[in-house]
Amino acid sequence: MADTNQYKRVVGGSVPRFAPHARFRFDDIRQAWVVLAPERLLLPDEQAVEILRLIDGERTVDAVIDELARRYEAPREVIAADVIAMLQDLVGKKVLRQ
Amino acid sequence: MNAVDPPLALLAELTHRCPLRCPYCSNPVELSRASAELDTPTWKRVLAEAAALGVLQVHFSGGEPLVRRDLADLVRHAAEAGLYSNLITSGIRLEADRLAELVEAGLEHVQLSIQDSDMANGDRIAGLAGAQEAKRRVARLVREAGLPLTVNAVVHRQNLGRLAQIIDLAVALGADRLEVAHVQYYGWALRNRAALLPSRKQLDAATATVEDARARFAGVMVIDYVVPDYYAHRPKACMGGWGRRFLNVSPTGKVLPCHAAETLPGFDFPSAAEASLSAIWYHSPSFERFRGTAWMPEPCRSCDRREIDWGGCRCQAFALTGDAARTDPACALSPDHDLLAGAVADAQAREPGFVYRQHSAAQRHTSELTSSPA
Repeated sequence: MADTNQYKRVVGGSVPRFAPHARFRFDDIRQAWVVLAPERLLLPDEQAVEILRLIDGERTVDAVIDELARRYEAPREVIAADVIAMLQDLVGKKVLRQ
Repeated sequence: MNAVDPPLALLAELTHRCPLRCPYCSNPVELSRASAELDTPTWKRVLAEAAALGVLQVHFSGGEPLVRRDLADLVRHAAEAGLYSNLITSGIRLEADRLAELVEAGLEHVQLSIQDSDMANGDRIAGLAGAQEAKRRVARLVREAGLPLTVNAVVHRQNLGRLAQIIDLAVALGADRLEVAHVQYYGWALRNRAALLPSRKQLDAATATVEDARARFAGVMVIDYVVPDYYAHRPKACMGGWGRRFLNVSPTGKVLPCHAAETLPGFDFPSAAEASLSAIWYHSPSFERFRGTAWMPEPCRSCDRREIDWGGCRCQAFALTGDAARTDPACALSPDHDLLAGAVADAQAREPGFVYRQHSAAQRHTSELTSSPA
């Protein structure tokens, strides 16, 4: 679908960061992490929160995947598919940049 | 019965005053006067209560929120309470220094309306000469201020033919996000329904145009698309369900489940000036009235989609059938569904002109906007 926008494709070497007006924060009232963006509100599940907490504008996608594979002792390719799909979705929503 | 979750967002309708006179305006036919608007301390209390209740985002809206001189003060108060602030504006008369003041106060995002890519037709729809030129200028200011920009284009039969150009214009204006919203027929818009409703053919062409643009501009501009109820098979989950996600505070302080609800008869909507948002959200009879599924008639009550679309829209049910507790006629299972086809047929048979709200230029630009259009 987005073939004309190859430069936006998330790859292992990408360094994702939150867009300037996206806020990833813990909500005390719900006791849950939330992502706030222009007229958009995401309530990430536990797995997504784990990924997003590793997004710091310095780690590459490969480093994020390595860290999660280590933590969960899970096969790297399984983790990689999940991580890249989620990050690609959030880049498309302009919550993340790379 | 499930416990009630806290609301996610607050629509703060600061005023009904507006320099534009869009025929599709979904605000009530009877507008509130400036003198009846909530004052600054009360709005500040509302914002603090909203944050404490669990609201995460506030949408400063109206009318035109820029006509409130205390807007930056309110944005600052919202930001300090941890709320994410969106400004929903026509952009008219927004200057660089005012925008800088709002950004400094903590504004996160601007949603700017446009009426058409064709300037003359856009100004005709908006009922204000020079409006579209002003919007182009304001889009530049927003980008220069470093804020994300959403362009909102309400579409209907008198601009749908240029949807592709409208989308291109939004890209050229540097929008991160475009809302293409078919008119929702509430308030003043219902009076202009026959002049606004598109044909099925126009709708299908528009939907294809949006799909194509979504692919072409993926990663550049997000396009949100609000489809028209009148060609729907299933109703929209209006507001995500009555009293489930959203709070609306009207210019005079009425706390509503949606901005059109004040038109419903038989309700005594509580005022934010007299009760806390928390008490209203969790305990007021008006929020309880259509919350959940217990109120539902058939065919909703036994429908497996009852917790997906929540019976559709109460205001639309009332506007079309006179009974807010009926199934939304937008649902093909509603016994009133043929009302929509009737409205479409009526619209196709006529070419009526727009009916504009009647307020004088003096009233538009000063504090006292009377509430008696025609």
